[in-house]
Amino acid sequence: MKPNPIVRCLLYIVSIGYALLSLFPIFLMLISSVKPNIEIFTKPLSLPSELSFTSYQTLFVKLNYADYIKNSVFVSAVTLLILLVFSVMLSYYIARFNFKWNGALFFYFLIGMMLPIKLGLVPLFLLIKDLHLVNSLWSIILIHVGSGIPMAVLILTGFFRTLPKELEEAGRIDGASNMGLLMQILLPLMRPALGTVTIVNFIGVWNDFFFPMIFIQDEAKKTIPVGMLKLFSEFTTDWSVLFAGLTLSSLPMIIIFIFASRQFMDGLTAGAVK
Amino acid sequence: MEHANNVSVNRKKKNGSNWIIHAFPIPAVVVYTLFFVYPIFAAFAYSLFDWKGMTMGKFNYFNNFVKLFTQEPFNGMFWNALQHNVYYFIVEMIVQNGIAFLLAYIIFKKVKGAQWFKVAYFIPRLLSIIVVGFMWKLILNPNTGIVNVILKKLGLDSLAHAWLGDPNTALTSVVLVNCWFAIGFFMLIFLAGLQSVSTEVLEAAKLDGATGFRLIRSVVLPMMFQPIVIVIVMTFIQAFEAFELVFAMQGSMGEPYYSTDLMAVFFYRTAFGSGAGDSGELGVGSALAVVMFAIIATISAVFMSYVNKKNAE
Repeated sequence: MKPNPIVRCLLYIVSIGYALLSLFPIFLMLISSVKPNIEIFTKPLSLPSELSFTSYQTLFVKLNYADYIKNSVFVSAVTLLILLVFSVMLSYYIARFNFKWNGALFFYFLIGMMLPIKLGLVPLFLLIKDLHLVNSLWSIILIHVGSGIPMAVLILTGFFRTLPKELEEAGRIDGASNMGLLMQILLPLMRPALGTVTIVNFIGVWNDFFFPMIFIQDEAKKTIPVGMLKLFSEFTTDWSVLFAGLTLSSLPMIIIFIFASRQFMDGLTAGAVK
Repeated sequence: MEHANNVSVNRKKKNGSNWIIHAFPIPAVVVYTLFFVYPIFAAFAYSLFDWKGMTMGKFNYFNNFVKLFTQEPFNGMFWNALQHNVYYFIVEMIVQNGIAFLLAYIIFKKVKGAQWFKVAYFIPRLLSIIVVGFMWKLILNPNTGIVNVILKKLGLDSLAHAWLGDPNTALTSVVLVNCWFAIGFFMLIFLAGLQSVSTEVLEAAKLDGATGFRLIRSVVLPMMFQPIVIVIVMTFIQAFEAFELVFAMQGSMGEPYYSTDLMAVFFYRTAFGSGAGDSGELGVGSALAVVMFAIIATISAVFMSYVNKKNAE
């Protein structure tokens, strides 16, 4: 049953209209970053008369942009690695074994789903100070691992439980150890769940501004989002450089997304609906 | 929790390397306890003590809470910020979730290129919220921002406005930017809900003559009870935790004149100082964190238990 043509037309107007609204600011950011300042102000809507990448050069010469990128990559990669390893080990224990405290253990992690870690900021600040981790990237990594575990465990235990037990029994008869079973038999099957955990946390960690702002003052240790703060306080009138900074911090994520958009959208929905 | 499928593991005698399995949960327990559970519970304890700078003083019962609710400037700022959070939530519920549902419904209706529309709607959600804030600050700039430039080009000079500088429009502008950022994500949740509504039920309803708005209201919405509650709870948490966007666009004082101040911004300012030379008040800051925690936890718990009751029926 087809809806009538007028309704159909209206649906397209709304969907295309909002797509434009959604993408226009990002398009504007892109074209402004390769325009000279004077064109941004006089002809904001037109395409640049010639491409100029001087603003990008400024980012690397006058700001530590290369360091920002290096630090962001380090924090994201290490956080995800640790988070995945720790959560897989925990979830395997909870989902595939039958110890009497497993229910309580699972519940202990589940309560983390309801608590916003930002509200523990004051004790967290003193803790990080006592551990001498202020200005260390490890402060951010450990906080993100800690707050990422609850949802990771929820997703992973759910998935572990869907795998048939015969998988392990056959392996055990062949004399495989727990570690061997996990690594060789179960983990390869877990890829969709691991993907979900990776995507949800990658977006969160890569884009996080709050914790790096609190814990990192050292210029050489800043990640891209905190670097933005310095950029905007030092180049207030040089809009070309500002837009270049914004573009450079967003583009990696957008490019990855375009190649894996289905995984991103499915992953985030799964993370939310659980 | 049922683990009936793993009985065989326990029955196996504890030979050789089997005890090693108990080491598996330890790393996760340690990091989660130290960097997540401890800080949140310590915040409760901190709120009951005097603080001199970063040093804990004497136990003072509920003094910090009394201060928060009765002493200027804390009490005025608290109610001011709370109102803004409520406003934030209401605007997001109407604008963000209204548009998100509409877009999800359109995509559900199988327009051509649905996958591309989803991608287009979702892209803003990939940006760091600090980038979103700074970008829109440039876009909404009163003189050279694109919004006012376009309005002037269209001859609508009277509508051109200092969006973020005028206390009457600043908060609304910030919330609408938040909507722009989040619509794609909530659209996906609604879409997942719509796709779980069985097509047979829809066809049957259509045969009975339900169409358009009536079909949505009396068939689709009731079947989407669970995703709708998820959206409400997530919107609520998002609105009551909001910090970065105001911080990026309006600074830690919620300019102009605290008209965009939110509880999390007030919390940050109270705990760490506004950057204007005043030192923080860790005791009152912790009390505020406890109050915010109570608000968020109570409302989420009420909603969630309501869902569980409905599901049990």
